Amino acid sequence: MTLTLTLTVNGERREVPLDDARPTLLDVLRERIGLTGTKKGCDRGQCGACTVLVDGRRMNACLTLAMSVDGAEITTIEGLAENGALHPVQAAFVENDAFQCGFCTPGQIMSAVGLIAEGEAGDDPERIREGMSGNLCRCAAYPGIAKAVADAQKRLADNERKSA
Amino acid sequence: MAETLQFPTGHVRLGSNAGQPITRRDGALKVTGAATYAADNRPDGLLYAVYAASSIARGRVTHLDVAAAKAHPGVVEVMTTANRPPLARDPDAKVHMFSWRLEALQDDRVRYAGQPVAVVIASTLEAATEGARLLAPRYESEAPRTGLDDGEAFAPEAVGVGAPPSFDKGDVEAGLEAAAHRVETQYETPAQYHNALEPHAIVAAWEGDHLTVDVPNQAIAIARNDFASFFGIPPENVTLRSPFIGGGFGSKAILNGPQILCILAARMTGQPVKLVLTRQQMFGPVGHRGATRQALRIGTDADGRLTALEHRASAMTSRFDDFLEPAANASQNIYATPAMRQIHTGVRADIGTPGPMRAPGEASGSAALECAMDEAAEALGIDPLEFRLINYAETDPASGKPFSSKALRQCYAEGAKRFGWAGRPLAPRQMRDDAGHLVGWGVGTAMFPAPMFQAKARAVVREDGSGLVEISAVEMGQGALTALAQIAADGLGIDQDRLEFRAGNSELPDGGVAGGSGHTATAGSAIFAAGSDAIRKLADIATEDEASPLFGAGNAGVVARGGRLYRADDETRSASYSDIMARAGLAEIEGEGTGARNPANAEDYAMFSHGAVFAEVKVDPELCQIRVSRLVGAFAAGRIINPRLAESQLTGGMIWGIGFALHEETVLDPRTGRPVNGDFAGYHIPVNADAPSVEALLVGEDDPYVNALGVKGVGEIGITGTVGAIANAVRHATGVRVGRFPIHIGALLG
Repeated sequence: MTLTLTLTVNGERREVPLDDARPTLLDVLRERIGLTGTKKGCDRGQCGACTVLVDGRRMNACLTLAMSVDGAEITTIEGLAENGALHPVQAAFVENDAFQCGFCTPGQIMSAVGLIAEGEAGDDPERIREGMSGNLCRCAAYPGIAKAVADAQKRLADNERKSA
Repeated sequence: MAETLQFPTGHVRLGSNAGQPITRRDGALKVTGAATYAADNRPDGLLYAVYAASSIARGRVTHLDVAAAKAHPGVVEVMTTANRPPLARDPDAKVHMFSWRLEALQDDRVRYAGQPVAVVIASTLEAATEGARLLAPRYESEAPRTGLDDGEAFAPEAVGVGAPPSFDKGDVEAGLEAAAHRVETQYETPAQYHNALEPHAIVAAWEGDHLTVDVPNQAIAIARNDFASFFGIPPENVTLRSPFIGGGFGSKAILNGPQILCILAARMTGQPVKLVLTRQQMFGPVGHRGATRQALRIGTDADGRLTALEHRASAMTSRFDDFLEPAANASQNIYATPAMRQIHTGVRADIGTPGPMRAPGEASGSAALECAMDEAAEALGIDPLEFRLINYAETDPASGKPFSSKALRQCYAEGAKRFGWAGRPLAPRQMRDDAGHLVGWGVGTAMFPAPMFQAKARAVVREDGSGLVEISAVEMGQGALTALAQIAADGLGIDQDRLEFRAGNSELPDGGVAGGSGHTATAGSAIFAAGSDAIRKLADIATEDEASPLFGAGNAGVVARGGRLYRADDETRSASYSDIMARAGLAEIEGEGTGARNPANAEDYAMFSHGAVFAEVKVDPELCQIRVSRLVGAFAAGRIINPRLAESQLTGGMIWGIGFALHEETVLDPRTGRPVNGDFAGYHIPVNADAPSVEALLVGEDDPYVNALGVKGVGEIGITGTVGAIANAVRHATGVRVGRFPIHIGALLG
């Protein structure tokens, strides 16, 4: 059985031959495509370290069978920075010391990008904390994460206003 | 806040790099996914290993369906006790202080649930996973013992890593007899698991007799020697790469069985092999904080002064190895008392061996002690902060030695002010918020030793005036790559953007252990010494060169700053490093340094970091749901190299305190000995919404004795004090004193 999985990952179209229907999106990204920025912390959708954007929506890549998103557009942590410049969420994470070991960070950042785009949290710190609570951080960089998301939300809103 | 701190004589003067709250040097790597953790490695020809874990806790394996596993497409090999290649070292040998007995398929015995019983190696992760499932182990099972009550009690020879199991000072019984008030109380703490977000992982590759391992490791030189001894090769034949660790917390300081199995798998197949634990497998062979039951007796006179303090702890360990959480020792150095006693007993059960987990002993011991102290304050009718001040230790209560520095009084004062402690009602159940929730305030004293270990470093000044520092230091989130580079830049007298800093690899000079909150102090001292050594050589050349503006100054008569040497007595006379080296025709000047504590200072002083933590909790009066609405900690830990990173370490530790107080616990099924909550759905750690307001204040402290840098450590202290502060706040909010951690809603409902 040979399957061909077609994905657009960070704007690049990829055809991945699969001899197996079992791989998750996470394992395809990490082990077959070689984009290892997305992390596996639990493989059960409990920690959020594998969060990526699938057609713009944040999803746990470990709970997603790769074949089930055939044809989708995937954005991973490697696809956020543009022309060597950090995405505003990435920059805000650095400036607010929103991580320590860095292992959960790609998932946190993808989740933050999704949360801000969804517009549900706005600049309300409590809703930001709630909206980011699907992403575990064992170093407990939570105060910095909450500040970074609020900070990035404001920067992105300002950018939008300027370009409008 | 790049203010220059003044230090007493004996301190080295650091340059413009240390002390600044710069952002992490590895920040861009970590936010772009470019930081490489062990499991991110994919060498050519990589195979995947997955092990089958025992589902019983005691007995032996009687059957494995190896044929079914081997028949699965993609499976390359199955390793069992029958065909496991020999090891040069017995996995059950205790070779040194930091060696744990581990399981590497040496026999068919099962000694705890989750023990590896066979390994499947395959061309894909999916095939290896399915192959391991197909093994379907059968067992001859015996009834396991799982808890403090059914376990087997024994008198330990040591607790923690080599610490005495008991300590006595003065006459505790007489002190209690003479006391005006006595408190006798008991607290239990559960088994907790490190659960770094990065699961244990290893990629092993052999080239002839040379082994390369990508593995997260907190003690690189020790691990390299251990891996070498298991495989009968010289240590220089092992390359261990650990550039980034996705959280360690102690669990990645100790070798474990799955690592050995992966290296064996690579040897068996002749190909590189990757083995990554599942989250469920993290509850077994990779250590945990052992459960304790602690009994305290406190006597006070009519004025509130301690007359005696006794702390007994039963600590759980495995059937086959000893690591006892040294919980009672947390009472030794904190409150002034004429009489004290700490005693540990051990309890054996069919569990994986515990190990050091962030503040081992200090965290669990502090939790019980700080609660017991609050009970004593309540018996006296004294404010709990006032009670701690009455019993403030001006010298180390255990040894009588002076403290090298102790700004705890300032921590109490600044923390209390920031929190707004004044006016706290003495009685419980006096405060409510707008929503009608019960509000309580609690305090706890934080304390952690300021140890140093041994480290070496190499520093180089290059002809272009840039610098290189090499040390096998460990970046595990604490910020070593940043803080140590700040020290390195100051040691070489250059700006940090002119510094190349190499770490995390066994080919580099031994950076010692990243543990015990002693890494910055130890590795930092070695790095600074190496830089100073290189600069001394550079200064020798310059001051002996007649053409140099520095001629005749003598190497002690120059100051290194910003890539130039200046005459100390006339700063208008200076020369750049590159000019000095160009004139001497040198491409590089190399210095070496070591870091270790001055033995005389170690003999003369007691050395600790201190702090005070204030907690506010809100409790729903109907549902008894508990929220930690505010935490304020004030900490004094010597010189702070990077305030931004130190605050993150401290607040992270405080949030661990929230987990300890309210969430974390592994529950074993007494029938099977298996964890019933062995994943992140069941084993709760704090999430973002659990920590709405957590603040760490840094209280300045000049310590000329800990080391020339004046650095203590901040990695573990945050969890101490915090657990007690939260439990005390819960008592203050509700009037209920809960004797078991974590504090469950059920305990408040009664």
